[in-house]
Amino acid sequence: MNLTRRLFVRGAAAVVALMALPRVLLAWPAKAFEAKSTSDAMDALYGGTEATESSAVVLGAPDIAENGAVVPISVSCSLDKVESISIIVDKNPSPLAASFDLGPGAVADVSTRLKMGKTSNVIAVVKADGQLYSAQKEVKVTIGGCGG
Amino acid sequence: MASGIRIKAKLTGDQVEVKTLMKHEMETGTRKDSKTGETVPAHYIQEVKAEINGNVVMTANWGPAVSKNPYLSFNVNGAKAGDTLKISWVDNKGETDSAETTIS
Amino acid sequence: MDRRDFLRLLGVGAIAGNAAGWGPGRNAYAAGVEGMYDVPRLGNARLLHFADCHAQLMPVYFREPNVNIGVGDRTGKMPHVVGEAFLRATGIPPGTPEAHAFTYLSFEAEARQLGKVGGFAHLATLVKKLRAEGPGGKALLLDSGDTWQGSGTALWTRGRDMVGACNLLGVDIMTGHWEFTYEEDEIRANIDAFGGEFVAQNVMLTEDAAFFDVPSFDEDGHAFRPYTVKHVGGHKVVVIGQAFPYTPIANPSRFIPNWTFGIRAEELQTLVDEIQKDIDPEAVILLSHNGMDVDLKLAAVTSGIDFILGGHTHDGIPVPSVVKNAAGGRTVVTNAGSNGKFLGVLDLNLGLGRVRDYRYTLLPVFSNLLPADDEMTAYIEGARAPYREKLEESLAIAETVLYRRGNFSGTFDQLICDGLRAVGDAQIALSPGFRWGTSLLPGDPITMDRLLDQTCITYPETYVREMTGEEIRLILEDVADNLFNPDPFYQQGGDMVRVGGMNYVCDPLEVIGKRISNMTLDSGEAIEAGKTYKVTGWATVGSQAPGAPVWEVVAEYLRSEKTVRIDKLNTPVLKNVDNNPGIADYPS
Repeated sequence: MNLTRRLFVRGAAAVVALMALPRVLLAWPAKAFEAKSTSDAMDALYGGTEATESSAVVLGAPDIAENGAVVPISVSCSLDKVESISIIVDKNPSPLAASFDLGPGAVADVSTRLKMGKTSNVIAVVKADGQLYSAQKEVKVTIGGCGG
Repeated sequence: MASGIRIKAKLTGDQVEVKTLMKHEMETGTRKDSKTGETVPAHYIQEVKAEINGNVVMTANWGPAVSKNPYLSFNVNGAKAGDTLKISWVDNKGETDSAETTIS
Repeated sequence: MDRRDFLRLLGVGAIAGNAAGWGPGRNAYAAGVEGMYDVPRLGNARLLHFADCHAQLMPVYFREPNVNIGVGDRTGKMPHVVGEAFLRATGIPPGTPEAHAFTYLSFEAEARQLGKVGGFAHLATLVKKLRAEGPGGKALLLDSGDTWQGSGTALWTRGRDMVGACNLLGVDIMTGHWEFTYEEDEIRANIDAFGGEFVAQNVMLTEDAAFFDVPSFDEDGHAFRPYTVKHVGGHKVVVIGQAFPYTPIANPSRFIPNWTFGIRAEELQTLVDEIQKDIDPEAVILLSHNGMDVDLKLAAVTSGIDFILGGHTHDGIPVPSVVKNAAGGRTVVTNAGSNGKFLGVLDLNLGLGRVRDYRYTLLPVFSNLLPADDEMTAYIEGARAPYREKLEESLAIAETVLYRRGNFSGTFDQLICDGLRAVGDAQIALSPGFRWGTSLLPGDPITMDRLLDQTCITYPETYVREMTGEEIRLILEDVADNLFNPDPFYQQGGDMVRVGGMNYVCDPLEVIGKRISNMTLDSGEAIEAGKTYKVTGWATVGSQAPGAPVWEVVAEYLRSEKTVRIDKLNTPVLKNVDNNPGIADYPS
């Protein structure tokens, strides 16, 4: 597929999405959030799926979620010139959960809470100085009980 | 109407640690109402903006996978006591909310 | 039976020749039963440790498991060895009182000869003796938790009877798990009434709780004191608490909505580093309720911790595991059994800023060998008096050894499942794989006291409802992964959910989703994924079930049955465990 066609397809999908919802935010990356796979979400958000695993990206997530509806996730990064941080839940129906664009002065250190339907890898993607870096961790979602 | 956004800003040196809780259902659009059996339409925050003295320091783009009553914490360098911190959001229905606090 | 009878019954010959010793401190017992509680002192500090007493104030029987399967790199390693393999691994001679204490071998015959174990009045005598013999007549008494739950009186007093008993016993420091199955206010009130310190580095306020200014111990958001510094004979010992990391998953989170748990290994390391730098103690102890496998992994991925004294998985570990930690140093890990059956003695030689030497001994608490302490006896009688009539009701007579502990159903679990099915008119029963619950010998009356030992929790309500075969399979798969996930950090430490009225095949070595197969009803009819079945159970974690408390249902069944004989257990057919030393005497 050549570049022109890919851009066209991406643009077309965005138009469909815009018509489907009374969207007020033109900057919101609809295609990335509506993507059904991690690679599609990465491609839509960054125009590429390659991210280098890096120990400079620190992903905080529980080994087992206490409640799949409220899973605390934190991402920090010690690299310079961090532009954005994204959090992807690989097995969620729409994997991209959140993306943070850092403005002047913002430190690469964010925390939030996400919904997870089932056990999945959680992936943190950091864009720093134009390059993509990542870290991932499996978070187990269980029905619980029977311990003790 | 009172804002559903709560903010805590703790200044250490020139770095401010911001913690926010936002009142919002964050409906995914796939959940079925237990009484009617009908699908509850998607309703979730899409964009959160943090501004200090009117300058945007962070923009968060969210999908419906962010938990109900979202929590967000972040840190900003170069802040000082007396600065105005504003948090605002816009959801997929175009509804908005915002709150301000003075960093101290 | 008094002490003299006990010694005569035992016979000197039965215990001769066990002088070979089996690990640090064991040579001390060469004299046999007569010298069982003579622990020679080493060094300048003594720590005493127990875990998982589950509110057993009175002496009990407790049968150790014949199934305790280890998977992954834990296969065949302590504590995943049972019976004769356990004796070989630890060097405990067969036929000795210790062999009875640590294994299930010849349980009924040995229990009849040696009598009951534990009981706080007997434990108190042992604690007093070991304290008096400690350096300067002192010792620190540590409790890994699961202390406020497990008996009728603990339930009805919301744990308070155990707080009083622990104060009398002189517990200095504790952490918790089932303690968190009361309401937050009750837990805080119990901690206020507790004479020692309650420590937990891994219990934090949730973000919401922090926002709404729920009280915390410190600005970092620790719900409780994370650690405490003790001065022992002029030396500094730091004890850090590690509560059960998965409490809001294994037990209802609705009782403790403001608290969040987790292993928090990184936070622990940061804390240890700060303690080493700021306090510079001679010893750092982690008082843990992780369970043995999680403790072993945590020891390997951290550094700066000298000892992990743990509980939760109810493993009695007579020979501690020495783990090479993340900094290449040594962390010694041990767990101290359950039900008041054992007391650990850790003697330390502290000096030059470090642990120079140590000796660990895990003593079985044989009630007949240790006279009851008068003060504790009076306290226990007082605690039980208001409930005595109810507790002592004989519901039926056991005709089989009744017990629970083991990866799969014990006979008492089968009794509970049979009772639930009979009263609820259900095809299938599910019962949680708790590791607590005392044992009975044939001929013993099944009193309400013993039934409550097996069932009394703060969410005891039963249910009878329709479930599809697929839902049942998913439950079995989920729980099996909590038990058999090869990564200990993904284990929750309970045993497999017990089933009644159905059978299945289980392969512990498989991955989640593939361990459970061939589910059938007792009739042999296959359980189909899309078909619905009438299922009964209890102890629902997510929300309160609608039915009567499980002990009421099972009591009704027992009163009508009058005698209980269990001939068949609904335990699964197992795959890939043929050469696993974590299983023995399993029906094939």
